[in-house]
Amino acid sequence: MKITKARLFAFAAATAFITSGHVAFADELSIMASGGAWQDAQRKAWFEPFSKETGAKIVEQEYLGDLGKVKAMVDTGNVPIDLVTVETATVLQGCDAGILERLDYSKIAPREKFLEGSALDCGVGLDAYGDVLAYDPNVLKEAPTSVLDIFDTTKFPGKRAMRKFPAQNLEWALMADGVAPADVYKVLATPEGVDRAFKKLDTIKKDIVWWDAGAQPPQLLASKEVVMTTAWNGRIQNAIDKDGAPFKIIWNNQILEYDMIAIPKGAKNPELAYKYLAYISQPENNAKLASYITYGPVRTDAASFVAPDALPKLPNAPDHMSAYLVADTEFWGDYGEDLVKRFNAWLAQ
Amino acid sequence: MLLSPYPTIGERIRITLLWLWCGMVILFLLVPILVPVPLSFNSGAFFIFPLEGISTRWYAVVLGTQRWQSAIGNSLIVAFGTTLIATMLGTLTAIALSDEKFPGRRIVMPLLLSPLIVPVVITAVGSYLFYARVGLASTYAGIILAHTALASPFVVVTVGASLTGFDRNLMRAAAISGARPITSFFKVMLPLILPGVLSGAAFAFVTSFDEVVVVQFLASANQRTMPLEMFIGLREKLSPAITAAATLMMGLSIILLVVANLLARRGKQRPRID
Amino acid sequence: MTALEPTKLDRPRIARDRSAADAKAAKSVTAKLRRAEFGDRLRSLALAAPLLVLLALSLGIPIVLLLSRAVYDPTIADALPQTSQALRGWNGAELPGDAAFLALAADLRDNQARGTAYELAKSLNARLPGARSQVLKTVRQLEAADRPPLEVMKAVPFWSAPGTWPVIESGTHSVTSFYLLSALDLRWNADGGIEKVPPQQAIFLQVFMRTFFVAAAVTLATLILGFPLAYLIAAVPKGLAAILIVAVLLPFWTSILVRTAAWTVLLQKFGLVNDLLLWLGIADDRLDLMYSRIGLIIAMTHIQLPFTLLPIYSVMRTIPASQMKAAYSLGAKPFTAFRRVYLPQVFPGVMAGCLLTFILCLGYYITPALIGGASDQLISNFIANYVNVELNWEMAAALSFILLVFTLALFGIFARILGLDRLKLV
Repeated sequence: MKITKARLFAFAAATAFITSGHVAFADELSIMASGGAWQDAQRKAWFEPFSKETGAKIVEQEYLGDLGKVKAMVDTGNVPIDLVTVETATVLQGCDAGILERLDYSKIAPREKFLEGSALDCGVGLDAYGDVLAYDPNVLKEAPTSVLDIFDTTKFPGKRAMRKFPAQNLEWALMADGVAPADVYKVLATPEGVDRAFKKLDTIKKDIVWWDAGAQPPQLLASKEVVMTTAWNGRIQNAIDKDGAPFKIIWNNQILEYDMIAIPKGAKNPELAYKYLAYISQPENNAKLASYITYGPVRTDAASFVAPDALPKLPNAPDHMSAYLVADTEFWGDYGEDLVKRFNAWLAQ
Repeated sequence: MLLSPYPTIGERIRITLLWLWCGMVILFLLVPILVPVPLSFNSGAFFIFPLEGISTRWYAVVLGTQRWQSAIGNSLIVAFGTTLIATMLGTLTAIALSDEKFPGRRIVMPLLLSPLIVPVVITAVGSYLFYARVGLASTYAGIILAHTALASPFVVVTVGASLTGFDRNLMRAAAISGARPITSFFKVMLPLILPGVLSGAAFAFVTSFDEVVVVQFLASANQRTMPLEMFIGLREKLSPAITAAATLMMGLSIILLVVANLLARRGKQRPRID
Repeated sequence: MTALEPTKLDRPRIARDRSAADAKAAKSVTAKLRRAEFGDRLRSLALAAPLLVLLALSLGIPIVLLLSRAVYDPTIADALPQTSQALRGWNGAELPGDAAFLALAADLRDNQARGTAYELAKSLNARLPGARSQVLKTVRQLEAADRPPLEVMKAVPFWSAPGTWPVIESGTHSVTSFYLLSALDLRWNADGGIEKVPPQQAIFLQVFMRTFFVAAAVTLATLILGFPLAYLIAAVPKGLAAILIVAVLLPFWTSILVRTAAWTVLLQKFGLVNDLLLWLGIADDRLDLMYSRIGLIIAMTHIQLPFTLLPIYSVMRTIPASQMKAAYSLGAKPFTAFRRVYLPQVFPGVMAGCLLTFILCLGYYITPALIGGASDQLISNFIANYVNVELNWEMAAALSFILLVFTLALFGIFARILGLDRLKLV
């Protein structure tokens, strides 16, 4: 196999040489990400430098993070992408479903160098981000003090936006209902706990506008459609820094998560995909993303490489860690599908 | 007809109210489609009145960035492909159906019109699952095929309408004079029904050019069309570029359909559906 | 009648007068004619064939295959061949014997080896909430192989729970009514009867009712707005009517997406509609029109208005003004004349317009997705969601099936009572 491939390669290179007159063999790496400011940041931090360094051409695609598209590709054996950015829960689901390749970390980086829970069997961490609360001080005269204030409709009347997904919302609901952060996942693992979380969400259901793309929260705030919204911290910071939006971020009770990248089964160019994964997992490269969007590195040894002005805006900056919860990847792997189902039924009612 | 011969005061009031009501309805119909036009020339980044200033920067975005350019290109590829196939096959079918001897006309006609009625999500999901199996998902061919199904009823109906004014004796005369069927089609029939055919083609083009649901399911990033780009933009980030794209799309649709209707009228027949 | 008589009589007389040879020739002419006619039919069929074949391939087969998924789901049967075998003859009342447990354990291990365990888990989970994690957990324990399979199976309480085996058993039949029943919030109960699902899981009846409600509301709104305008257009002089018709056609020729986009701009909190309402003093405060039912209905009414109006107008313009004049001259009051003379004639057009709008509203997808809130999503949005997000294509198929049945039934009524020609809009 290896030999044939090498031969093929040599043959192709020779052909390229004959037809074009130079040996450079431009390979293509197709990456599907979820768009917006985050993809822009990846382009500057990783796509372009990697391209320059290896001569590989990067073809970008975008999607809404739905596994359906990936599954349809894998099922039909026509996989036009080599890498796909996904959420942690989706990695676990896709791993079980056999949609994502099991990764060989010897080709990437030592697994123990990653923050706990950011190096999974089928996906490797890209960055750490916070699920936070954002608001516009021109609209809300009184500042919220915690993400949990989203449940307080008497003090903060008006529409609020939340992500159309059970993860984070159920955790916040329980915390707002008095469950200690340390017990959240224990409680949520019981049917009574789930009922309790939904009951809490019921109290604000009629005031919620749901978002499903990361670019929507700043949009909803800017159009004053909502008075506050949960959001991924980088998207809000981006609107503040790049568009001059007057928004403020509430870090208290944020939920910390990891963005992941994975190789779909049947990808055409896995070797190059591994090369890319190894590239972005080097500590100094891993830290580069923070300069373009305020998401932290996932390598434990990357903090020193983060640009000093970016550091205080990261979700894991000391100032932001007074009260937080680390999303329990395994919990969402186990219960995610059922909770999504329940959540969608609840939404429809 | 509006007023009886000896209108009473009450009747005059009723007529005035009718006019007022209809005036409001017309405003309701027209204002929403006109609103994107001035907004697309806004120089600011938000699409809120009053405008900050007049500029064509958003048209520069739509016509100048690679993303929108490829979307426009894809839209044109798909729409032209659809128009070509739908017009050819639709015209042939309309000719066949215009013959009273056509067997099972009462069954075939509703079948041909059903793509207009079947909820488009069902069409989209059905073709998504099936095309993936036969290797047509994420291809231009797949999208064109599905769009042809959606667009062909318009061709059948418009061409059918222009054929009702066509005297079949002309074809017989041509046959008697020794013309072969193909020759008589091109020399006799086609010139006479051409307005209908072109009008059907315009409808097919617009149907495909405006379609977004099927594309959403069948297209990968490489086949993203203009409406799909707009749909994604509407969900994620409302920028005035969308209003510029909307204005362009609206302009193209309206121009084509005005032409189509003029053609249809010139063919002395009116399309039954448009 | 009398005019026809001679012709009827002609034929036998001519035939009688003719010689035998003539008769033979006549016969062969008839045969030729018939053959020619047959050829004509064949040729017209051949002309229509390419489009019909294309429609069958691009639309017919895909839709039939999609709908078949609603009742045909072989995933479980294919994944559990040994269990199916072991469950044959099981009475369904109490727990099956150890043989069934062992067969299931063997099937689970086979699935793990083939890499289809997840598919099975997911498919079982669709019918039995919670089954997914249990299957995967059991598979992992079976793989560890530190205990005999039977012990592993018995140690997981899920496999001995009363509800589990009937579901597995029903899953071993590839043809299932499960999804269609679910689409109506129904399920089989333990006694083999049909019952409602618990209210917590009941979604779809509500969504179907919502879809019908929105469709009815939009139909009514378009009629209220459209009927007077159609009446006016039919009554005014030709030149003015042409201008008014253009006002109706311009939005009609603009795509649904573009019009939905326009409405998302208009309905914003700081959009034109709210500005207008404030300015007119109708509302004291800015209303939340985006992501709301009322916003959705307004936008859909705008999109559907021409569909309702045009069939009404096409009937109205065929009614001569002299009719109403005659009614007046016979002493009818305007309202009576309108009600007794005008309305009955317009009625088919009203029916056609309303039915068309109602049918099209049932399938709305883009507008609810962009303008409606979470509780304003219509049935099409759920179908798309089951395909894209939940990856449950069987459920999408079952919902499609029911939606299509309603749509085609209404279309059938339309074609039957009003005739397809009423589909003409200009």
